[in-house]
Amino acid sequence: MPAATANQTIGPYWHLIEHAEWADLTRFGANGEVITVTGCVRDGDGAPVADAAIEIWQADPPVDAAFPGFGRARCDAEGRFRFRTLKPGPVAGRGNAWQAPHLALALHARGVLKPLFSRLYFAGDPRNESDPLLSAITDPARRETLLAHEIGAGHWHLDIRLQGAGETVFLTV
Amino acid sequence: MSDPAPFHPLTPGTQPEYDTPSYGSTAKRHPQAALIAVPTTLTEANGPRFSPLHFPALADLSVTAGRPALGERIIVEGRVSDEDGRPVANTMVEIWQANAAGRYDHPGDQHDAPLDPNFHGEGRVFTDAEGRYRFVTIKPGAYPWRNHPNAWRPNHIHFSLFGSGFAQRLITQMYFPGDPLLELDPIYHAIADRAARERLISRFDVALTQPEWALGYRFDIVLRGRGATPMENT
Ligand SMILES: [Fe+2]
Repeated sequence: MPAATANQTIGPYWHLIEHAEWADLTRFGANGEVITVTGCVRDGDGAPVADAAIEIWQADPPVDAAFPGFGRARCDAEGRFRFRTLKPGPVAGRGNAWQAPHLALALHARGVLKPLFSRLYFAGDPRNESDPLLSAITDPARRETLLAHEIGAGHWHLDIRLQGAGETVFLTV
Repeated sequence: MSDPAPFHPLTPGTQPEYDTPSYGSTAKRHPQAALIAVPTTLTEANGPRFSPLHFPALADLSVTAGRPALGERIIVEGRVSDEDGRPVANTMVEIWQANAAGRYDHPGDQHDAPLDPNFHGEGRVFTDAEGRYRFVTIKPGAYPWRNHPNAWRPNHIHFSLFGSGFAQRLITQMYFPGDPLLELDPIYHAIADRAARERLISRFDVALTQPEWALGYRFDIVLRGRGATPMENT
């Protein structure tokens, strides 16, 4: 078999497949601890990335008819995005390791030729200390780019910087 | 629980680089620090499951409320498999595109070409048990962009696929055979490997073409694979 098909940018007109309700992962009636996740995406000049698509995927809680585990949101003119979902629990890692609760992130935008993958962890969770990925990032400032902070009850916020000062840790998955 | 089989590493040159100077928009949008490799865990090996009940199919883009869109009607069909040759069944395939005049039904598209009230440009289907998908649509027109003087995007249809694991996420574009704009397009040429690039060009297929109705184009898609031992979906 040939190698995997090449990616191409999502471009500026991907909103033709945008459905605003996809940003609410609880819309099918999922039960659990409901949280709001917001963020802001900026480029190497600190300018808002107004045309990005942000996707979240969580392996926990397990997907069922009421919980899709996946959401997609647009960034607005200020680069801001917003999701409503269920707070994840820990996820099995490799071997006997456990991963701290997290959301997997994929970012797509004009000027981004293949998905940018990252993760969102929850600041203050003691399980972060033994998370294999967070533990592998020795620079505390870099590690901080993956930690969302609770800025209101059940409201977690993470800024994403594509390039330069405070650049988000991006992943090869 | 045993560890999920790891995804094959991507073959060098077969994917575009984030930093592609000929495509100006990458300049401020590519990471400069090295990416960190994450081994395949349940996070990457699992992925969203979309129930067709919640995500109804939009397989025919060529008709809106019974009224036909303008342009050349085409059938786009293909098979989705992974690098190990296995069909990827029941996975969502989303497409979006410009109309026959090269204009998106999108507020951000200010190209001076007409909108078509009978063409919106969004499609969504699920692959069948053999990984096959099929759309009926209109051949999209080329459109200008401001990347460099007299820049035009080749005719293309945007594709989005999920596969069964989040690490298989694919956003790509399908092109058309014989398009002279391909050789001038920095997005297409961001893929260094010529064979990988050319696999984004659909094939005209007379056997898929329906007499007196629509031309057929075949576009097969390969998602990343992860070895001989598929993990059970959870
Ligand atoms: Fe496009």
